[in-house]
Amino acid sequence: MTDFPATGRQLPNRLDKPLKSAVLSWESLLVLVALAIFIANSFASPYFLNEWSLSDMTFNFTEKALIALAMALIIITGEIDLSVASIIALASTMMGLALQAGADTPVLVMVGICVGVLCGAFNGFLVTGLKLPSIVVTIGTMSLFRGIAYIVLGDQSFKGYPASFSWFGQGYVFWVISFELVLFVVAAVIFYVLLQHTNFGRRVYAIGNNATAARFSGVRVDRIKFVLFCLTGLMSGIAAVLLTARLGSTRPSIAEGFELEAVTMVVLGGVSILGGSGTIIGVVLAALIMGLVTFGLGLLNVPGIVMSIFIGSLLIVVIALPILFRMWRQRRA
Amino acid sequence: MNRLLKTRELWLALGIFAVIVLVTLRFPRFSQPGNLLTIFNDTSILMMLALGQMAVILTRSIDLSMASNLALTGMVVAMINAAAPGVPIPLLIAGCVVVGAALGAFNGILVWKLDIPPIVVTLGTLTIFRGLVFVISGGAWVNAAQMSQEFIQLQRGSFLGLPILSWFAVVVAGLVYLLMTRTPQGRAFYAIGVNPTAAVYTGINVGRTKFLAFVLAGAISGLCGYLWISRYVIASVEVAGGYELTIVAACVIGGVSIAGGIGTVAGALLGALFLGVVNNALPVIGVSPFWQMAISGAAILIAVVLNGRSERTKGRIILNKAEAGA
Repeated sequence: MTDFPATGRQLPNRLDKPLKSAVLSWESLLVLVALAIFIANSFASPYFLNEWSLSDMTFNFTEKALIALAMALIIITGEIDLSVASIIALASTMMGLALQAGADTPVLVMVGICVGVLCGAFNGFLVTGLKLPSIVVTIGTMSLFRGIAYIVLGDQSFKGYPASFSWFGQGYVFWVISFELVLFVVAAVIFYVLLQHTNFGRRVYAIGNNATAARFSGVRVDRIKFVLFCLTGLMSGIAAVLLTARLGSTRPSIAEGFELEAVTMVVLGGVSILGGSGTIIGVVLAALIMGLVTFGLGLLNVPGIVMSIFIGSLLIVVIALPILFRMWRQRRA
Repeated sequence: MNRLLKTRELWLALGIFAVIVLVTLRFPRFSQPGNLLTIFNDTSILMMLALGQMAVILTRSIDLSMASNLALTGMVVAMINAAAPGVPIPLLIAGCVVVGAALGAFNGILVWKLDIPPIVVTLGTLTIFRGLVFVISGGAWVNAAQMSQEFIQLQRGSFLGLPILSWFAVVVAGLVYLLMTRTPQGRAFYAIGVNPTAAVYTGINVGRTKFLAFVLAGAISGLCGYLWISRYVIASVEVAGGYELTIVAACVIGGVSIAGGIGTVAGALLGALFLGVVNNALPVIGVSPFWQMAISGAAILIAVVLNGRSERTKGRIILNKAEAGA
């Protein structure tokens, strides 16, 4: 499926980077882009520089970014999970069913998270157990999971979630800092440590760079991939809890298109779609940039569909620019 | 290998036949020639799109922007027709093919010249093209009253008992079949899918071949843009939303390997027909149309499990893995 690499692939990030490469790194470029958009936003709209506006902005990306964190790991191993948005739909539907059965907030949260993990495990089993390409498997489960939500709900919706449940999506921990934001920051730190400072993380990179070599060096490739699919399911389940709590209702079309935005965040964050390289900091920055762009355009009354042009162009341009730059340098050399 | 391919398509044809028989057992009118013809006609657009997608997937790429391309081209042609009803329809159709091919060429250039992975490129153009539909239309619809009668009626005419829309599918399928089996270009699509390195040594330009596959997929999407709009007589931003995955699903069910190099015209057509038959059978047997999505999801998974098995028996999967990991 992936492009045939004509040249050697990029090496993974090094733990000890010289200063010059750190300054020129993808992440610092993203910081500049984020700053530029932030400044442009504050000039473009008088309503932007306000603590409540900025707090609202974070709701634009936290749920998708939670998924993107786990998606980054999957993509680094060279796989992909396109079913995440459908997992949200199924988990949300099951929470709705639990609600109908009279479940209370803790049970609802448990149901959402468990359904997420089970869906992830199902993907993981098909990919690692039956050795099927993840892109086809997750396109299939993408239809299957959301399809089940449609079978259960049809054109109906679940409403009437308790107030204590809504807190997960609408509550504030402190001042303008929402629960969603806190959860995202905590998750980002956990994923950062997991990927960049544990053996598990090094194995994830190793698989992405050369799965065969990784297997011969004793990395249990399939088990790690399986765990990563479960992890993505877990994060999707958590996102389902947050999103359902924030919207206060479940429709089968909930979270439609989230998978594309999550993948965009990951790729924009500098993770190679071919696997083997990328960082969590990059993904977090990319999530922030996408939140800033969509929120800033929203303040300017730009319709959502036009924003998607910006996101799509951003994805292509950000990938194309370094390639064009490299080609230009090679031509001069 | 040839025998294996044959059996796969045979099994799929048997599967479709079984669905038809099962439904007919309870509802005899389902398998009347008229109804089967309707199903074929309903599935024509999906069949054409699946053929375009197949060409792209054969080269180890994927085009997720086909449905957005269709919506954009369809909106362009609908707006031209609404503004200038005098423009002859054949000219409009030719225009659709050109616009669609140009959009496909945009994907192809990025894949060829900049070497960006196809999934990233088409993920981007998926949103860009659909956003452009909104930009050019201002979010407004073009409805039946604004379209000219010839624009709407052309595909509803019939020739030798078959609706014109079905003839489009037959002709496109015939052309793609000739391209795939009787021309060097068709062999090149397979060659770079099976082994890009070997293809380079035989003198095939891998990038250019991928580019041409995207142009073909784009041209077909453009043609289907007109057909879709004139069939459902509404052009809006939501046209064919999410349909890109149905197209991929048709290919996967039809035995087109996502790893590239494996797939036949007959397979892609049967894959699309399978989805068409199931979708038409559901309301007949009284199952809510809300089951469609889950069923096509399950069909994809079953198909990919079966495909995975038959591909493995050929011992090719090791090569794929090694190259995917290289």
